[in-house]
Amino acid sequence: MKTILRLTICLFLLNATYTSCQSKMVQIKGGEYLPLYGRDSLNVKIKDFLIDVYPATNREYVDFVKKYPKWQKSKVIKLFADESYLRAWKSDTILGENQKEKSPITQVSWFAAKEYCECQGKRLPTVDEWEYVAMANKTIPDARREEAYNQFILSWYEKPKTFNQTIGSTFKNYWNVYDLHGLVWEWTIDFNSVLVSGESRKDVDTDNNLFCGSAAVNATDLMNYAAFMRYAIRGSLKAKYTMKNLGFRCVKDIKK
Amino acid sequence: MRLLKTVCLLFASGLLLTSCKSEPKKEMAVVDNSSIYIKGTIEAELTSPPFVPAPVGNRTAKKLLIDMEILEKEGTMTDGVQYVYWTFGGSVPGSFIRARVGDEIEFTLSNHPDNKLPHNIDMHAVTGPGGGATSSFVAPGHKKTFSFKALNPGLFVYHCATAPVGMHIANGMYGLILIEPEGGLPKVDKEYYIMQGDFYTKGATDEKGLQAFDMTKAIKEDADYVVFNGKVGALTGDNAITANVGETVRLFVGNGGPNLTSSFHVIGEIFDKVHIEGGSMINENVQTTSIPSGGAAIVEFKVEVPGTFIIVDHAIFRAFNKGALGMLKVTGEENKKLYSGVKQEGIYHPEGGTIQTMPNNDKKKVAVSNVEKPLAKKIADGKQLYMTTCFACHQAEGQGIPNAFPPLAKSDYLNADVKRAVGIVLNGKTGEITVNGNKYNSVMTKQTLSEEEVADVLTYVYNSWGNNKTNVSVNTVKEVKSSH
Repeated sequence: MKTILRLTICLFLLNATYTSCQSKMVQIKGGEYLPLYGRDSLNVKIKDFLIDVYPATNREYVDFVKKYPKWQKSKVIKLFADESYLRAWKSDTILGENQKEKSPITQVSWFAAKEYCECQGKRLPTVDEWEYVAMANKTIPDARREEAYNQFILSWYEKPKTFNQTIGSTFKNYWNVYDLHGLVWEWTIDFNSVLVSGESRKDVDTDNNLFCGSAAVNATDLMNYAAFMRYAIRGSLKAKYTMKNLGFRCVKDIKK
Repeated sequence: MRLLKTVCLLFASGLLLTSCKSEPKKEMAVVDNSSIYIKGTIEAELTSPPFVPAPVGNRTAKKLLIDMEILEKEGTMTDGVQYVYWTFGGSVPGSFIRARVGDEIEFTLSNHPDNKLPHNIDMHAVTGPGGGATSSFVAPGHKKTFSFKALNPGLFVYHCATAPVGMHIANGMYGLILIEPEGGLPKVDKEYYIMQGDFYTKGATDEKGLQAFDMTKAIKEDADYVVFNGKVGALTGDNAITANVGETVRLFVGNGGPNLTSSFHVIGEIFDKVHIEGGSMINENVQTTSIPSGGAAIVEFKVEVPGTFIIVDHAIFRAFNKGALGMLKVTGEENKKLYSGVKQEGIYHPEGGTIQTMPNNDKKKVAVSNVEKPLAKKIADGKQLYMTTCFACHQAEGQGIPNAFPPLAKSDYLNADVKRAVGIVLNGKTGEITVNGNKYNSVMTKQTLSEEEVADVLTYVYNSWGNNKTNVSVNTVKEVKSSH
């Protein structure tokens, strides 16, 4: 009851004062796609939805914690964020010296990211939605087999401290969405549903449909090791974890 | 507690006594290592390659604390070629761990916050699911702890086992853990840590710049670099491992792979002992030992003579073309009894060339010295000699080879002084000279020709290619020879 009330207030405030702060969204046309972990019969259907053009920024997150003090670093409930939560910040509402307002917010937990989106009437994307948008390069919606595109993603994995860059500094993809690759990893609502148990070689047994393993004989694209690494990072997370390289963006359903 | 110890002691001495009395039984070796009693806690000493921590010796089993950090960082593969390594403890291979059988090892794996990727550790010394991988999967900025009992003695590989496993290994995430047997390994003078690995880069071998990992080449097992200790030259020159004559050397050799089996060999040494595959079986007098990827071997030998001993993967193109080459520099007294060094040096001409000695030289000399040959005959004989002796350097038309061997054709240096030319043929010449305005600084060796032959070949040269047609007489040659 309390939560609903709080959410209503959130939504109310949001409509009243936050419209100007809300990051721009673009519409993604849904469709079917075959995820990494799937087989021919396991095409996933994606409905139309809206997605933030950029990941949430430091500036936007400062505004958020001002509005919702319970997410300030001194006040956050330990169950919902580990001790690295907003660690680089100088204080509850002031960024660290080397942090830029337009850099993506990182060192936030899944709980925090989820609530941030909800307070804007949005939600975190599902893994499938995120992967669906992120498989587009500049020109085509599914570039997973393009060598140059994979090369770009992989070279990011080898570049240190990209979280210091500002939003929009990578490329605009087919859907007009920026920074899916090249800046930070991003939270998804169901980040842990594709099981990477930690012992990735045995995951084949854990769940035949949802697995991610190195000896991934069932995987659709053995060469897409960039995706393997994304599934691996998601699998290593717990909802209260926070990381220097991990931010988020929000999506919104389209009401018919 | 004391009671328990006494009981243990009694029990142990009982075992010893019985073993002394009875025939040595195989079953005696099968001790239940899981019940080895641990006493106290210590922190493990970790070392980066090629060094290893101090021997465990005969200390009692303990709780051993190991703290290892994962760092993703850029390093140098070879001059001008950079690579982003993923490391255990900041080095490739990772830090060396040394423990004893029965130790309870509490392992903490910390993933640096600046790292991009999650990692874990599969330690082959672990008896348990995933070799610890299941319990150590850790996101950047986090750490995980698990513990295990070291049940089997031996030299074991550890590596990362996060998807894609091959890539994590190919980027350098491997190392060695030594579990010493009860009482420790026999004492030696020098111990070193060497681990082979194969690397796959987007660019070809030696292509400059920051090179990315190449999955296609990795799958094809088409390595660009095969190296010891993570990079070309990690064990050569100033980085060579060392020993003194008379010392015993023990190498803990691992193979991280991910793909290639190592044919481990030290040129000029024979391994006195090899712990096959890092286990308890010992082979003796071994030239090359095979180390599978994900495997190890302990090799021991005594260095008897000084010199540089080259360590290679005897799949030899890897050594000389892809980097699998290290050095063991041994200093000390020579021992000519064991190895003589060069005893004699000589020239061997199976294809002919100039005659070195003539048994009946004197007779012949007398015969020819009185009569000077006609010019045409001299030129013909001289030409023949030129083609077998001088041709290779000075070329068919006397044009020489630019920057290496001076020309004889239209040579101002040659035409200026006949006696000087005779002297050079007889005695050889080193150092800088100027011929037709160009400087040459090379070596002409002393030619083993008779006086008559010198006269013939020089007469041919002077009467060819626009030179001044001097007829060099045997007497001139004699004159120069005696004046020297």
